[in-house]
Amino acid sequence: MTTTTLPPTLRAPFSAGGASAIDAQLANRLLSLALDAGGDYADLYFEFRVSADYVLEEEQVRTLGRGITLGLGVRVTKGDATGYAYTEDLAWEKMAHAARTAGQIAAGGGAKPFNVDLQSVPTPQFYAVPQPSLVVPAVDKLALLRAADKAARAFDPRIVKVQVSFAESIKEVLLFTSDGRMATDIQPIMRFGVSAVAEDNGKRQSGSGGGGGRYGMEYFKQAERDAAAHGKEAARVAIAMLDAVDAPAGEMTVVLAPGDSGILLHEAVGHGLEADFNRKQTSNYSGQIGKKVASDLCTVVDDGTIEGSRGAINVDDEGYAGQNNVLIENGVLVGYMHDRLSAKHFGIKPTGNGRRESFRSMPLPRMTNTSLLAGPHGPDEIIKSVKRGVYAKRFSGGQVNISNGDFVFSLSESYLIEDGKLTSPLKGVNLIGNGPDVLRRVDMLGSDYQLSDGIWTCGKDGQSVPVNVGTPTVRISSITVGGTQV
Amino acid sequence: MSGLQVTEQTIKELCDAAALTVELAKKAGADDAEVLVRDGSELTAKVRLGEPELVQEATSRALGLRVLRGGRRAVTYTSDLRREALEALCAETVALADLAEPDEYALPPDPALLAKHIPDLDLYDPRVAEVEASWALREAKNGEAAARRSDPRITNSEGATWSRVLGATAFATSGGFVGGYRGSYASLVVEPLCDDMTDPGNPKKRNGYWWTGSRFLDQLEVAEAVGIEAARRTLATIGSKKVETQECPIVFDPEIARSIVGTVFSVANGSSFWRKSSYLVGREGTAIASPLVTIIDDPLIPRGPGSRPFDGDGLPTRKNMVVDKGVLGPVLCDVYSGRKLGRASTGSAGRGIGGNPGPTTSNLIMEAGTVSREELLRQTDRGLYVTSLMGFGFNPVTGDFSRGAQGFWIEKGELTFPVSEVTIAANFDQILKRIDLVANDLVLRSSTAAPTFRVSHMMLAGTSK
Repeated sequence: MTTTTLPPTLRAPFSAGGASAIDAQLANRLLSLALDAGGDYADLYFEFRVSADYVLEEEQVRTLGRGITLGLGVRVTKGDATGYAYTEDLAWEKMAHAARTAGQIAAGGGAKPFNVDLQSVPTPQFYAVPQPSLVVPAVDKLALLRAADKAARAFDPRIVKVQVSFAESIKEVLLFTSDGRMATDIQPIMRFGVSAVAEDNGKRQSGSGGGGGRYGMEYFKQAERDAAAHGKEAARVAIAMLDAVDAPAGEMTVVLAPGDSGILLHEAVGHGLEADFNRKQTSNYSGQIGKKVASDLCTVVDDGTIEGSRGAINVDDEGYAGQNNVLIENGVLVGYMHDRLSAKHFGIKPTGNGRRESFRSMPLPRMTNTSLLAGPHGPDEIIKSVKRGVYAKRFSGGQVNISNGDFVFSLSESYLIEDGKLTSPLKGVNLIGNGPDVLRRVDMLGSDYQLSDGIWTCGKDGQSVPVNVGTPTVRISSITVGGTQV
Repeated sequence: MSGLQVTEQTIKELCDAAALTVELAKKAGADDAEVLVRDGSELTAKVRLGEPELVQEATSRALGLRVLRGGRRAVTYTSDLRREALEALCAETVALADLAEPDEYALPPDPALLAKHIPDLDLYDPRVAEVEASWALREAKNGEAAARRSDPRITNSEGATWSRVLGATAFATSGGFVGGYRGSYASLVVEPLCDDMTDPGNPKKRNGYWWTGSRFLDQLEVAEAVGIEAARRTLATIGSKKVETQECPIVFDPEIARSIVGTVFSVANGSSFWRKSSYLVGREGTAIASPLVTIIDDPLIPRGPGSRPFDGDGLPTRKNMVVDKGVLGPVLCDVYSGRKLGRASTGSAGRGIGGNPGPTTSNLIMEAGTVSREELLRQTDRGLYVTSLMGFGFNPVTGDFSRGAQGFWIEKGELTFPVSEVTIAANFDQILKRIDLVANDLVLRSSTAAPTFRVSHMMLAGTSK
């Protein structure tokens, strides 16, 4: 985004002209201190984040919150070892202390004189936001909360509780590396969420809706994404689930709805293709490049360049531009997602997947927007092909065990398929499978690819980063459904 | 390294900063203000395959402010504790509160109820602060080496991590509460990996872990013992397979039993009650679990991992009965959820830097039963012994529970082969009522703790017949 649209209060104090502006000369002095004990690489990650959140509950705006985070993370590597330190105080002596502390990892390595010509990395533009929401007066955002609340309540009189939230932030980063790169980026992100509870005859059910991404207020101008649409969707799910019956137990055919189902992909293969696990040979995809790991129908990409998407990144947290990386092509594993450390290990160029939660954490290979690309089948044709199975529509999350590939994902809205038709809604149920096994069982793939509306956050090693997922309609010939009915 | 010690002086400084901010907020126009200040440091030392992989060291400080003005609320936070920055924060927070709508329940607690005395719960060990990175790396290395040495089938490792946190918390309110305390915690986790060639056409890797953690350095288990136990747990999963879909008894290992106890709290607290987002609404005073189930929340255990001398509203903390012989007690409340439900707080408020207070647990403990774990197993003819659960398959509104599971198949009272890639499901209401055996192996290692227990039957989904 262009920086001219931001008022000074939303600009980082370390940016040019700021109260504690950091220039190349200062960065060089810090990098030099960081490498003083003999490290072979160092980087400085300055971060400034302004965030705000709004919650409406019981038809009232209940809480408004705002926070500011500022800090510097210093990383030094020596071989495969990393030293990391951070400070929230940008006074010189505090930054110097962080640099020396991180540098201790290489203690005894012997210092070399250091001075590098820091060159700006050209940064692409995948989130040109004309009007970041943080710039807009809060009352405009409160109006969105009220619109969603009203729409959810108007959907059905059985809706008894509605909660609406809006969270927004702008993060500015400035990065210097000892191999001479300098990068800066301003990353807006927002997320709108609605949850509703329906009650009827003593039965209660819940539903949720929401979306967002690296957008400004223009996000809400599209009909299917306006505040009322999200409110209505939450209410629709809660009402539909009132009739839910016990889910079946055992192996059966499962059809995944387009969009959000990408969560399955994220868990089943995504994490296993993050290169740190493969560098360490701890993933069941280690050493599988060039091998068949999925059915011919499957082409999986991780694409950081999808405009405005929640997982988009102009530049990753190690100063490499966001990219579109093919991971699996027609069922064959062709590449992993890398950070600097793993790219060096595998002798390839970094893929723009080095991400961190904040200046308090070191970067790791992480997903951005992960998709299973469209296939040849009509979505109706896929549903019609199933005699008895489960249609999975909405999800509350997933988890994977990297080493053996077992993953689960939790359905919050699903239906029984009987004789090619969707019938009863099913109570909340988990699916469990093994990543490689399940991808080999993808036997029909829809032509209706859809990117999820951005709501997902991915956790790894205690670090959370925003991601997105996408899929067409997918048929898995057999997977274990964790219901209660045999 | 004494620079890292959290001293009485540090606590006093933080209390002063909190009290000052309360004053500034009142000057800026707040009716009431509550300020939480945290100061902490962390050390993480990770070793993998005998070599250092990561050393992370840092200190940080943050202040969270909540302003109340005519029932309107706003919360803000910052890491900038300079006076002029705090003045600006107070003005901004008051302005933000004016945008909210008045909530008649959003009032500070009655000053008469605020804690007058802050008990010393012995939560801080200066020796934890004295640990240097090199020592922590050595402990991690010893733990990992013991795991790798213990069996040749341990071929790889996710590493071993020794870490510590030190912190001071101070809280001040316009009602007159000012108080602070310090805490320490150290832990070591070892995560070995082995190859599973049971099916040569489909080789797999198997992982496992074991850990030790305490507020006091001398209460940590020896690193080598942690490594050996981690290796044993990892190797035991070699050859894991699915079992047939069936209804059967399910035994929960203490590591997993405690997550079930945590789930009980998620539907037995004031916040989920006034929001009606719990299937237990309206059932206080009635049997919601088997008579074998007693769960307490006790914040006052000396050296307890979850102990706290006062709560997030500034109220004194106390032991509460969450479930008494199967009967649901009054649910845990903070001041706000108590008011929403027309009752007093149970002194169970938790508060983060950037948020409103809400009910949280301190040391949440399911009391031990009378049979030994061996006897419990011996009485189980067949079923699943669960050592790991995966996923988020619990709906608090309906109680529907369905999660991925890993563990061991029980046959004639013995653990036989390892099981993976199955799910277990039942309504949570049924799960709690079907607890028919509770073992006497309770250990308070973590802030939520439980002994081994058995659920008479749940649906296990695996392979088709």
